[in-house]
Amino acid sequence: MTGGAPNSGGATTDTYAKARTWLLMPAWLVLLVLSLTPVALMLVYSFLTKEFRGGVIWDFSLAAYDQFFFDRGLFGDEPARIEWTYIGIFWRSIWQAGAATVLSLLIGFPTAYFIATRPEKARPIWVFLVTIPYWVNLLIRTVSMKFLLRDQGPLNDFLMFTGLIDSPIHIINTNFAVQLGLFYSYLPFMVLPIYAAVERYNFTLSEAAADLYASKWVTLRRILLPAVKPGVVAGCILVFVPSLGSFLAPDLLGGAKNFMIGSLIEEQFKGNAGNWPFGAAASMILLTLVLIILIMFTRQQAKSNKAGG
Amino acid sequence: MASRSYDIKSYTGFKFITLACLVILYAPLVVVTIYSFNASKSITVWEGLSLRWYVDVFVGPESEKFKLAAMNSFVIAIIAATVSTTIATLAATAVVRGGNFRLRTASLGLISLPLMVPEIVTAVATLIFFNAIGFDRGLMTILMAHIAFCIPFAYLPISARMQGIEDTYEQAAMDLYATKRQAFTRILLPLMMPGIISGFLLAFIVSLDDFIITNFVKGAGVETLPTAIFGAVKQGIKPNIMAISTMLLGLSVIMVTISYFISKSDNTK
Repeated sequence: MTGGAPNSGGATTDTYAKARTWLLMPAWLVLLVLSLTPVALMLVYSFLTKEFRGGVIWDFSLAAYDQFFFDRGLFGDEPARIEWTYIGIFWRSIWQAGAATVLSLLIGFPTAYFIATRPEKARPIWVFLVTIPYWVNLLIRTVSMKFLLRDQGPLNDFLMFTGLIDSPIHIINTNFAVQLGLFYSYLPFMVLPIYAAVERYNFTLSEAAADLYASKWVTLRRILLPAVKPGVVAGCILVFVPSLGSFLAPDLLGGAKNFMIGSLIEEQFKGNAGNWPFGAAASMILLTLVLIILIMFTRQQAKSNKAGG
Repeated sequence: MASRSYDIKSYTGFKFITLACLVILYAPLVVVTIYSFNASKSITVWEGLSLRWYVDVFVGPESEKFKLAAMNSFVIAIIAATVSTTIATLAATAVVRGGNFRLRTASLGLISLPLMVPEIVTAVATLIFFNAIGFDRGLMTILMAHIAFCIPFAYLPISARMQGIEDTYEQAAMDLYATKRQAFTRILLPLMMPGIISGFLLAFIVSLDDFIITNFVKGAGVETLPTAIFGAVKQGIKPNIMAISTMLLGLSVIMVTISYFISKSDNTK
């Protein structure tokens, strides 16, 4: 549910050890054929030659990566310069995903903390309330957001009715709308790991700090935050990574000006630009970026586990 | 002491932010639900309550398109959820009840692969796969992609549940001369049911809701509900789309609620 790796912990027994090969066979078969092989093939396709109107010609070529990183002029005969268009799109995606992550953290941390300090029986209900919207179709949620934020939409109507504003504020098709959409898409991913960390936190540490005359906010910053940091980092990763490759929020809320990686990739396969090797190369670069983040995260978690004893 | 320890835990403003957070999460959904009952043809003007757009969804000019898309969506979701739940149950048994073995970590990694790869990358890779093996795109390709993508979602609640069941029940059965197969089907599987049902429901919702992968691997002219809705929204948000959205939204909420209560029920006591 949190999008991380399934928990490998917990007590295990070996009751069905003899049958395990057969038990695992279907999962291995399906995932090797339909998850791992496709990614390997995508790597291959990124080194092939493009066929006009979609598809590939089976000739080795570096053209896709070359097009991504270098500009050789209209006819391809000028000296290579750095091509900023696609790097720029990646940079904007990183920036947008980062802003959405910060927004999620600012709202998600207090929420997770508040839930974790409720009486034990009430906590699952609060968690449930926060996670319900996540299970509503992402497309429908994004469309609903678009409907709410429109210039003539209910939000502007409401704000004008209350007299807070005189004329509609323009939110749709701005960077902020995309950030809001991403925040809305993945907020539970921020709340859940922080909630789990705060729930495990030993509050006698805060009491000890208070006894030594630390103010509440100093206690929060110096005692609580370092203790729940793995949960905070996990939450940030779980919001940042899917935001980076998202398609619906930038497409529906951002308009043509706020292009992100997802739209760039989609266009190569669905739109008229149709360049499959280039789309595969852009996907490979995105995947590499995500893997680097995940590896750094795993290392950091391993280190903080060690430090925590 | 008790009063002070409560005080230490609470921060001014956190409650307000939590409530604001819930308002942000629910406001768009509530607003669309309300406007789906609007009598007006325009989405901006409110003209009173009406079921007109729900009727329109079922008998209106676009009803055939949406009925076919809904049919495709539900058939795919039911098959994908059934197959992936079965696969996940077997895999969880091997991982949780199969002792320590060399490929255990690798198996866990493979199962969680669809969660770690960005969805758009999975979509591209799957499209390329079907293209490379020359498989015609259609309902079948959507179904296969969904089965693979749903496995981790079914796996998580199932394996969590299995880790919570002590193996003493199966041991007791085997002490009384039950075979391993009997211990599995008569003892473990019934105890696992809450986990299996929530795994199935989550897989079902994930399949029903998927847009990005479906959009890539569907054949021309083949639509599921999300792709049909996306296509319609590109022309502008219409009242009938809000009615369909509200129905789908209600269905998701009902299924997640069922899943929540089933996974909370503990039949091992």
